[in-house]
Amino acid sequence: MTVLGKDLLDLESLSVAQITAILDTAEPLKAISLRAIKKVPTMRGATIVNLFFEASTRTRVSFEFAEKRMSADAVNVAISNSSVSKGETLVDTARNLEAMKIDMVVIRHQASGAARFLAERIESNVINAGDGTHEHPTQGLLDLLTLRDKWGSLQGRRVCLVGDVLHSRVARSNIHGLRKLGAEVAVCGPRSLLPNGAEAALGVTVFDRIEAAIEWADALNILRLQLERMTAGYIPSLREYNRVFGVTRERLERAPRDLLILHPGPMNRGVEIDSDVADGPHSLILDQVTNGVAIRMAVLYMLRGGRPELAAAGMAAGD
Amino acid sequence: MRRMADEIVERTGGTETLVLVGIQRRGVQLAARLASFIEERAGTPVPRGALDITLYRDDLQTVGPRPLVGATELPVDIDGMQVVIVDDVLYTGRTVRAALDELADFGRPARILLAVLIDRGGQELPIRADVVGKFVAVPAGSQVDVRVAELDGDDTVVVSPARSRTA
Repeated sequence: MTVLGKDLLDLESLSVAQITAILDTAEPLKAISLRAIKKVPTMRGATIVNLFFEASTRTRVSFEFAEKRMSADAVNVAISNSSVSKGETLVDTARNLEAMKIDMVVIRHQASGAARFLAERIESNVINAGDGTHEHPTQGLLDLLTLRDKWGSLQGRRVCLVGDVLHSRVARSNIHGLRKLGAEVAVCGPRSLLPNGAEAALGVTVFDRIEAAIEWADALNILRLQLERMTAGYIPSLREYNRVFGVTRERLERAPRDLLILHPGPMNRGVEIDSDVADGPHSLILDQVTNGVAIRMAVLYMLRGGRPELAAAGMAAGD
Repeated sequence: MRRMADEIVERTGGTETLVLVGIQRRGVQLAARLASFIEERAGTPVPRGALDITLYRDDLQTVGPRPLVGATELPVDIDGMQVVIVDDVLYTGRTVRAALDELADFGRPARILLAVLIDRGGQELPIRADVVGKFVAVPAGSQVDVRVAELDGDDTVVVSPARSRTA
């Protein structure tokens, strides 16, 4: 069996060793994107379907680059112009794709648990590219890689997730990944946008004031307000949110140390983050995007499994 | 090793366009040593690089992914250079084939040579070494390990007899 098993569905169920192995594999893969020929033949012949039931630019393009740089053949299925709009179910869509002899499915879906549901029903490897408000494991991994590059180790570092934690699959993947690698994690936002009982349920510290979070943290991961998932009046207005929780240069200047700034995108400038901060010297936002390709290359490579009995024989032959 | 270094210079006709590229992992240390021998004699610096061929292997489907052991680093543009690939043991030739593929993605050397410390026979591809430290005929299934002081604490070559496939 490969180090990761058949699928990558979440960070909650991964071990520290598995997460570390993905980050360590991604590190040398970064250099491939800097070559004149940005391609290695590793996954020649593998067929991958990117099955996106929700809008995405960054994640889909990042997966597609990762697939192409590993020489896999990738097909994008955007749901707006597919049979799903004619009433086909998720499993039927996937089984039909499988009948065309594919090897992997990268799925983004609005329902939490959709990736696992699919993984249990098809033979292909499944990679979760975001399922509802559950997890977005490759985003969590790329955040870990970005911070590890800066700090060397996450042990004892303090990371605060700011904003709409309730609707954020990025937050959930971050919390699991960061805690496993030894970081202290906090969340900060209006109580209406934090999960009930976050302290106990997720093992995080809760700050009600952004000033307190900034004083405590070594890094802020600023989340987007997911207006499309807000079905009720969670906040009075965007302007008020910005006034109370917006990460501004003025607020950061009062911090006892320089804070690293992450944002998974897409950014609402002037709402959860000010332009001065997003484009400032401590912003890692574009490093995150660069690292995303390497992380996805690593995950594809590690899931592209062989047959375990042959692996053992190959090792024994010492070839 | 000194004789190998001399043979390399003899074959490339000088050190002007010479680049030594070691295959991760033991090949990298051997390339560094050969390069310093050549530098001693010639008095000019010899660029050295490293190749990790993991992503170019032809057996991913059968043996599955392996941990990446190191980076590929080429210090100079290899276009028009004489590149010497350095590895510890030449066996099936598949590692060298992967290294040739990888080099082709970085440029078009004028010439590529192969230098190995041990040629154990048993090639499965039409690949032969140009410079060989020692020929040792070793039956299939046996293991040849080159140990280098930088990584293993001492410089030795260990030949272990065939062991069971379940080992």
